[in-house]
Amino acid sequence: MAGNRQHPVSGLTSLQTQSYRTHHLVRSARETASRVVPVNLKTLLLILAVIVFNSAGNLSLAYGMRHVGESVGLDPLGYIRVMLNPAVAGGIVLLIFWLLMRMTLLSWADLSFILPLTSLGYVLAAVLGYVFLHETVAPSHWIGTCLIFAGTMLVGSTQSKTTGCSGVSR
Amino acid sequence: MKWVLLAIIVFATVFSDLLQSYEMKLSGEQTVDRRGLAKLLRTIVSRRYLVLSIVCMAISFFAFMALVQIAPLSFAVPASAATFVLETILAKFVLHEQVGARRAAGTLLVLGGVILLAR
Repeated sequence: MAGNRQHPVSGLTSLQTQSYRTHHLVRSARETASRVVPVNLKTLLLILAVIVFNSAGNLSLAYGMRHVGESVGLDPLGYIRVMLNPAVAGGIVLLIFWLLMRMTLLSWADLSFILPLTSLGYVLAAVLGYVFLHETVAPSHWIGTCLIFAGTMLVGSTQSKTTGCSGVSR
Repeated sequence: MKWVLLAIIVFATVFSDLLQSYEMKLSGEQTVDRRGLAKLLRTIVSRRYLVLSIVCMAISFFAFMALVQIAPLSFAVPASAATFVLETILAKFVLHEQVGARRAAGTLLVLGGVILLAR
């Protein structure tokens, strides 16, 4: 905090010190106010990371499961054998990080804010499939993508956190 | 059978997300660095509902795997997107988040998009 810093110039009158402090109070209040506007860069970056880790984790898991070549039933040993596959293990690690980042995100923003925004992952999957796997995308899929994008923009323009830290107990 | 699995998925997901959001709101803002990771892990261990929420998430995950094996993705994805609407409503009334007209409209647009994408 700037207000707590020792002022290097000695010999200030108490009135001057007072105005110096007030100036910093006003500035820090202004900074707080600017932090309240809809969504900050930090939150956006974490949302992006959550989307990427979820998509990559699911992709790796699905790829691994498809190449293991045995169907896992209710046999617990089967699950352990499957987890020895590098793609499956990698997918699980990515999903563990996804879970931790999503928890952090939930401490920063509303659940009803995060849900629609992280659904941008569906759009990402469609676009990646079109660009890299040369999948044909039906017109209804493009419409769906546009709807998700529009909905995300709409939700993204609302206040990201509407409850205080103790908001739930109100 | 597929409806039973779907019901399990929807309820487990909704329950898991609500508990997680509730606990994370109470735990205060987390940070993303090494010390933040240690604090987050401690938070997970010390908050009982957070562990329960992870258990619910695992149940929902395995039920989804089972559903995908017996039903096409075009059923599984849009059907499980129903959790969206339920969670947003519960976030408003249980977690007391302010879901205004704009956020509600955006959520419905996203829901429509997910259903179209999965067809």
